Amino acid sequence: MSLLSVRNMKTDIGQYAVLHDVSFEVPEGGVFVLLGRNGAGKTTTLRSIIGLWKPSPGSVTFRGEDITALHTADIARKGIAYVPENMGIFGTLTVDENLILATRNGRFDAARLARIHDLFPALAQFRDKQAWSLSGGQKQMLSIARAMIEPRELILIDEPTKGLAPSIVDAMADAFREIAQTTTILLVEQNFAFARALGRDMAVIDDGRVAHAGSMDDFAADTALQDRLLSLSV
Amino acid sequence: MTALTTTLGRAGGVNLLPLAVALIAFVLIGAPSSWVTLTVAGLAMGMMLFLMASGLSLVFGLMDVLNFGHSAFVSFGAFVSASVLAGLGGWLAADSWALNALALAASYLAAILFGLIAGWFFETVIIRPVYRDHLRQILITIGAMIVAEQTILAFWGGTPYSVGRPAFLEGSWIIGDVSIEIYRAFAFALGVAVFVMLYLVLNRTRIGLLIRAGVEDREMVEALGFRVDRLFIGVFMLGSALAALGGAMWAGYETLITPHMGADLMIVVFIVVIIGGLGSIEGTLLGALLVGLMSNYVGFLAPKLALASNMILMVAILLWRPNGLRPAVK
Ligand SMILES: Nc1ncnc2c1ncn2[C@@H]1O[C@H](COP(=O)(O)OP(=O)(O)O)[C@@H](O)[C@H]1O
Ligand SMILES: [Mg+2]
Repeated sequence: MSLLSVRNMKTDIGQYAVLHDVSFEVPEGGVFVLLGRNGAGKTTTLRSIIGLWKPSPGSVTFRGEDITALHTADIARKGIAYVPENMGIFGTLTVDENLILATRNGRFDAARLARIHDLFPALAQFRDKQAWSLSGGQKQMLSIARAMIEPRELILIDEPTKGLAPSIVDAMADAFREIAQTTTILLVEQNFAFARALGRDMAVIDDGRVAHAGSMDDFAADTALQDRLLSLSV
Repeated sequence: MTALTTTLGRAGGVNLLPLAVALIAFVLIGAPSSWVTLTVAGLAMGMMLFLMASGLSLVFGLMDVLNFGHSAFVSFGAFVSASVLAGLGGWLAADSWALNALALAASYLAAILFGLIAGWFFETVIIRPVYRDHLRQILITIGAMIVAEQTILAFWGGTPYSVGRPAFLEGSWIIGDVSIEIYRAFAFALGVAVFVMLYLVLNRTRIGLLIRAGVEDREMVEALGFRVDRLFIGVFMLGSALAALGGAMWAGYETLITPHMGADLMIVVFIVVIIGGLGSIEGTLLGALLVGLMSNYVGFLAPKLALASNMILMVAILLWRPNGLRPAVK
């Protein structure tokens, strides 16, 4: 049984029909990649899973339980973390306050915090700084750190490499590999090299529909398919 | 110029504005004794405006809710506390400092309790159905304000209602040729105490952390697993209680109150919230002190400009800082 099942999801934003029919299965463990052109509906898909948009019709099932109608906070408490495209950092709060908010009872687990500080040393260095003063890469690290400050079962991550320098992207790939040993990652990416290096299974969304799903290896080998589904010149 | 800006920034930046206004007024007014009287009046008025405005600012910051009915809590707070004082007239007139103080405390507690309960009712029945719909929020909360005003009219009548004051708050302290009204000093001190409490809750507790985060990005707080809507009821009740307390203190300040006092004050309260920057109580305090001081100085220097001065202040500040002096979001 897969960890997360999205079935026939149709999501409207206001009067716009954004997702028409999205279905895919995320197996437990590793990195599942969601690809697709700009405006294809990837962000809307993640927001529909975490309950910030409500699909109708359609369903989201997590560990066999239908979570479609739950409140976002209750979905999160099932063990799903969300790292949004805009990172969702609280700028007036300090780095540590951002992290402590992501804990359920307001206390750090020392071992986990140490692991995060190992992965992202800047978060240790600037613990008491207000988060708005961090660089873009540091903010992205903080946003990811929030998703790993306590054990979660599934992390939804929306385009984490957007606008980041190559050296930071490499560090992030290492971090994701480590996270993926214990937690399933549903990763939305435009950076195909990054996605390919991490992903095992994948799906492509195009114009609000799943246009292809399969293994990353097969997709990487099929350049004609990549051109058809991802290139801008269509 | 940059050096000056940095020095000013280190010394407190926009927080120094009330001080600057007070200094300029000192030069313009000339007579130190008048200046002291006006400054104390301005600070007292500022702290009472702060109580009325802080809830409005947090409610908008947290849930994007525009509540034009907020003035109802101010008016009701005033009338509820005035009635309690009238009922406890014996204590108020007694020749005992303790009984006087008890009557006053009871009247404030009644206003606060009323604010909490009415705030809960207002949020659940009137606000909740119109989350995320500003136009309907404006219409329904203005409607609620009119209903509230008519209810006060029905219970207390339209003639100005006189408010009792305990003997120990009557009169003035005279220091040289300077006279300071005791009630004003008291209102200022009580306002400061409430601000400090509110500040500590927001900055030293987990609930406060959630509120500050929610003001910045409600969806993200929810995605971290917290029901902001449930938090919001608590904030709404607290804001209503503070407005009621502000109304109660204002009643003692004016000593004569009418059912539309809340509505009259609300324009000024909105100016305070807008000047301060939505969602931040530090900003609200700053805006309230500025408006309180300006109102009193201008009322003395150029009485005809008194009303317009707050509008001018707001426009000037918004031209300089479109999000207000200290908005909650960076
Ligand atoms: N809040 C919104 N209001 C209206 N349309 C939106 C909104 N968010 C996204 N859309 C539209 O939905 C489509 C999919 O958007 P999105 O899910 O953000 O795509 P992606 O993340 O794949 O780039 C786009 O055409 C976008 O313009
Ligand atoms: Mg997107």
